[in-house]
Amino acid sequence: MAVVSNGTTIIDAGALGSGVATGKMILIKTLTASSSSTLSFLNGADSVVFDDTYNSYAFKFIDIHPATDDQAFTFQVDTGTNTSFNQTITSSFFNAQHSEGGTSYLMVRNSGDQGQGTGFQRLTEGSGADNDQSCCGTLTIHTPADTTFVKHFISQTHNAHSGDYAMNNFIAGYVNTTTALTRVRFKFESGAIASGVIKLYGIGG
Amino acid sequence: MGLISAASTIFDAGAMAAGFGGSMTFIKKLTASSSATLSFVDGSGGVVLDDTYKEYVFTFKNIHPQTGTKLFEVNMSIDTGSNYNVAKTTTNAEIYHAENGSAAGLGYVSGKDLANGTGKLKISSEIGAENDECCNGFLRLFNPSSTTFVKHFISDVQGNYNATFSINHKIAGYCNSTSAVDAVQFTFTSGNIDAGDICLYGIA
Repeated sequence: MAVVSNGTTIIDAGALGSGVATGKMILIKTLTASSSSTLSFLNGADSVVFDDTYNSYAFKFIDIHPATDDQAFTFQVDTGTNTSFNQTITSSFFNAQHSEGGTSYLMVRNSGDQGQGTGFQRLTEGSGADNDQSCCGTLTIHTPADTTFVKHFISQTHNAHSGDYAMNNFIAGYVNTTTALTRVRFKFESGAIASGVIKLYGIGG
Repeated sequence: MGLISAASTIFDAGAMAAGFGGSMTFIKKLTASSSATLSFVDGSGGVVLDDTYKEYVFTFKNIHPQTGTKLFEVNMSIDTGSNYNVAKTTTNAEIYHAENGSAAGLGYVSGKDLANGTGKLKISSEIGAENDECCNGFLRLFNPSSTTFVKHFISDVQGNYNATFSINHKIAGYCNSTSAVDAVQFTFTSGNIDAGDICLYGIA
């Protein structure tokens, strides 16, 4: 049974009518870490949508806590049903740092960027594993299903560094492929993701 | 009573089901009118700032100081606004360009950050008070009700510097407390917030 108001279909066949105004930021999937070696979002699996349904996809990181001290939080992507997570990335990474003792820097972090690299891309630097330390932020991947252009991504994260620094990280780059991306994986460079939440949202479309 | 269409639950228990509607929920708007402070306190005036959402976004629209060359500031509270004095360690990067093109740059601003300081955090440059001058931007506060982790925040504010510069401040840091943050207050370094509004959103 449809719900119709003043001639406009509000709900029908299990979905909102096309004429109903809704937000353009839609929660797709939440993954919660529990000593997890990786967290992966695979298009078409477990209700994950990561295709041409939305213009861009935003991953939100909530209190990602490493099991091992002084580790970078990272991501990689893959195509089709591949499981290698080794796509070619060219990226930039800079951050602003300030210690609890008052030392500050603003610098490009060459240790966190890639020039046609196939490794996992750093999103933080030296995340601390003290009980109260974590990292938060966002990674946005634009038009992952496009088959014409490379796939651009932009990220801003903030982490409590193992040396008791605040680190405001700015990362951006592109996955140098014209094949559609279908999957995204997150992990620390070493050790498990002890706890934390990653939420995937679809934007626009 | 729920509303189910083709076996899909659309509404139930007073809320729209997941996957329908947007994930960015408007919570509260405060409009300045020669206001000394604008405060968002959990449980007061319809404000929600607890574990309902994992991320909260404050948006700043045309924040205008009553007197010139004042910096827009924020502080947090862990006692529902009785005291705004949470220790914070923060970073401050600024990008600037003069209207006449005479100067431009990117740098770290050590005088406007905090190292476990409990004072107000400056999140803009010195904003001019001419009629057309103001600042705009946002502040994201992550998981404020956590009693395990420090509380991370990220801010990006663009403003006029005293009629002569465009200045963008990219600020982030953490409240160095494992107590729940339940109130946030905005001020200028001195003088009132003459005009502008701040909206609070929850990200589901």
